[in-house]
Amino acid sequence: MKAIVVEDIVKKYRVGKAEVSALEGISFSVDHGEIFGIIGPDGAGKTSLFRILTTVLLADSGFASVDGFDVVKDYKKIRNQVGYMPGRFSLYPDLTVQENLEFFAAIFNTTIKENYDLVKEIYSQIEPFKNRRAGQLSGGMKQKLALSCALIHKPSVLFLDEPTTGVDAVSRKEFWEMLHRLKVQGITILVSTAYMDEATLCDRVGLIQKGVLLSVNTPKRVISEFKDALWAIRAKEMYPLMEAIKADPSVLSCYPFGQYHHVTFHNKAESKAQLERIIKNGNYTDVEIFPIQANIEDCFMALMKE
Amino acid sequence: METEKVIRAKELTKKFGAFTAVDNISFEVAKGEIFGFLGANGAGKTTAMRMLCGLSLPTSGTASVAGFDVYKESEAIKKNIGYMSQKFSLYEDLTVTENISFYAGIYGLNDRQIKEKTSQLLAQLHLVGEEKSLVRSLPLGWKQKLAFSIAIVHDPAIVFLDEPTGGVDPIARREFWSMIYAASARGITIFVTTHYMDEAEYCDRVSIMVDGRIDALDSPMNLMKEFEVNSMDDVFLQLARNAQRIEG
Amino acid sequence: MKQFLIFVKKEWLHIWRDKRTLFILIWMPVIQILLYGFALTNEVKNSRIVIFDQAKDEASRSISNEISASRYFSLYKTVNSYDEIEATFRQGKIRLAVVFPRGFRNDLLHTNHAQVQLIADSSDPNTASMLSNYAAAIINDYQQSLNDNQQLPYTIKIQVRMLYNPELKGAYNFVPGVMALVLMLVCTMMTAIAIVKEKEIGTMEVILVSPLKPFRIIIAKTVPYLMVSMLNIISIMLISVFALDVPITGSVWLLMAESILFTITSLSVGILISNTAKTQQTAMFTAMMSLFLPTLLFSGFLFPVENMPIPLQVISNVVPSRWYFIIVKAVMIKGLGFAAIWKETLILVGMTATLLGISIYKFKIRL
Repeated sequence: MKAIVVEDIVKKYRVGKAEVSALEGISFSVDHGEIFGIIGPDGAGKTSLFRILTTVLLADSGFASVDGFDVVKDYKKIRNQVGYMPGRFSLYPDLTVQENLEFFAAIFNTTIKENYDLVKEIYSQIEPFKNRRAGQLSGGMKQKLALSCALIHKPSVLFLDEPTTGVDAVSRKEFWEMLHRLKVQGITILVSTAYMDEATLCDRVGLIQKGVLLSVNTPKRVISEFKDALWAIRAKEMYPLMEAIKADPSVLSCYPFGQYHHVTFHNKAESKAQLERIIKNGNYTDVEIFPIQANIEDCFMALMKE
Repeated sequence: METEKVIRAKELTKKFGAFTAVDNISFEVAKGEIFGFLGANGAGKTTAMRMLCGLSLPTSGTASVAGFDVYKESEAIKKNIGYMSQKFSLYEDLTVTENISFYAGIYGLNDRQIKEKTSQLLAQLHLVGEEKSLVRSLPLGWKQKLAFSIAIVHDPAIVFLDEPTGGVDPIARREFWSMIYAASARGITIFVTTHYMDEAEYCDRVSIMVDGRIDALDSPMNLMKEFEVNSMDDVFLQLARNAQRIEG
Repeated sequence: MKQFLIFVKKEWLHIWRDKRTLFILIWMPVIQILLYGFALTNEVKNSRIVIFDQAKDEASRSISNEISASRYFSLYKTVNSYDEIEATFRQGKIRLAVVFPRGFRNDLLHTNHAQVQLIADSSDPNTASMLSNYAAAIINDYQQSLNDNQQLPYTIKIQVRMLYNPELKGAYNFVPGVMALVLMLVCTMMTAIAIVKEKEIGTMEVILVSPLKPFRIIIAKTVPYLMVSMLNIISIMLISVFALDVPITGSVWLLMAESILFTITSLSVGILISNTAKTQQTAMFTAMMSLFLPTLLFSGFLFPVENMPIPLQVISNVVPSRWYFIIVKAVMIKGLGFAAIWKETLILVGMTATLLGISIYKFKIRL
């Protein structure tokens, strides 16, 4: 039995007179003890998907189950055993750290004491501030508290909707380390993020855009399926260089990528020769060219264009 | 060649009571440069940026922005800078053109200039036909580009971008950075605060704040070499893990 | 049960930590009652009147003097026609007119019966009735003094005419009125806001994804507000008895019980509103429009229901505060027992059961 099964889920919203599709027939499944990432930009349908799976939203059509329970018929059973951390962290800002945790423990019929072992590692980091109001915590600490609250009843499946949004790099890294330790304890984790670089931290990912899954695979396989030859190029004159590359008819795509531009050509084999030709025609200094392995973001963009 | 400096900060300090939010920072930003201003939550980025925008007076030290003194000429500074925050600072319930004319009007453009700018922006952003759409109905990526265009509608010397690119799809994000490059090529200085390190790699130079100090300041390339790592993320992690200040 | 208690505790903490709102919740009824109370007592002093003396004899003059000398009244002018009286009323210059018919003293001495007419502006019913009572008392005093050495008593018949609101509503309307308003405000608006706030900060999503039953969520969220309302009712009653001399003539316990009933009515409406409102602002405005205004307009608090056009009277029947208002007036002011109000109580019970049923049924188990 799969931990999560999603079959052809469709969800539409009415916005004024127009009908907007949030999810256009999504299907995937998640194994027990897997960290599955739903990767995509804001507005791709991530939150709708999470709400449907956590039974707080009804899909228009399709089937979904969590731990073998139907999200519509058996919603009560699902609510008993999943942990959910919605997008905005969802804590009571006017309650203290401890009061928040106590409350969430109590509504799941448990106590902090009973499951302290499970949250200990995370909660101990914020315990020194247990009498501080949650509203006064930093993003990183709020995130830890929200995770503790979602874990306190020992859920079998954990739903984390954009847990790392608005959190700094250090906290983000710590957060992912925590998730990997939870995975070891056998908890299935469905996590969404708009940050492509986090994809590699998942066992498998679903790339989602405009309500459609572009690809469902391990991060490695997603990358290996990138068909074009990708070249990185930089020069001191980044902007004129980009303009020149984009204007060249031999170029398939050119995107700025931090210190480099990532370029693909219609003709894979001639990539290097073409780049050298473009550079010769302009006046660039400190030029650097080398072939580069695509990352998830390159793949995502390529898939978006298909 | 001595390039023109648009921001000069020397020993800039801001204290709130016993707490030193910004601790003696010095740096210069050249005209047209894309300058990344990085730091963890609570490292002092926002406070420093507020001083540079003329919204808050430094406790000590000196700073000039676009040639104006932050102590005495904050009004002149405000006229010569643009600002865009992560919330895009657009009015969701106004149309595209209403937003443009509103901001252009605030910065003192006359009716003819506003009209010109509006048609120019609409063409640039491929928003022709969407003039009368409410900003609310635009996709996130478009909003972001519109917000940036509006932030530089009065051709400021510097534009401050406060965590500008969260959550948009990768293609929209790149289109956005292309716009930033274009603005920089026109001579507009770009000052970006962010805590996403992959964004930092787009900058010409970055500074990394830790506990109110600037602990590193160089091009992303040089920083990666210096710290012997492959990404700005790792540079940042090495620096930020030494932070003493308890977040909160 | 533990789930439930900790939920109630959490709700208390929200209220307790938001000191500003708590302050308003506790002091608002007190201030409102005092404002109404003192506004009322201030106005009956030195109210301006006109006298239309068609008799111009010894008796009419001495009554006129008595009235003018009283601290309740000050003579604005003497007039010579009914038209003039009405004009002065229209200008809002006066609150009362005293009219002596031709041959006032003659009638009194020869037939032992005379008439005085008091005309009051009863658009403010409390003041109007108070003023005419004061004036009547002065006239009665005069009659009394004549009768001291009379075998066949003289009687002066006082004819009171109420302008603008002939079916004068009695005094002390404001105490039951404010009670209805305050309960409405605290229970309906505050519960609606409290539930919608959870939706706004996103915690409702997490609570829904917990084994907690929707019914318990609702009850737990309302209990603290029920308690705050009890506190308000007690403070209103204390002030009306001790500061405003409006006694509770009926049973305090009956009054309490009816108030709790009405509180539950208001709470159910609050829950209903929270179901549809997405932001705290919407919740507040919906509460205002759907209950606060109808309470002001249709409960009989400010405007007598009996004088409204029939369609409005029909509408007023579905406003719960109308029935509560009648009940409080009956118990508190008139000192009546349950026998007199069982019908209204039954209506209120019916409304409450329906509203509570709908709100629990409609309470969304999903977003």
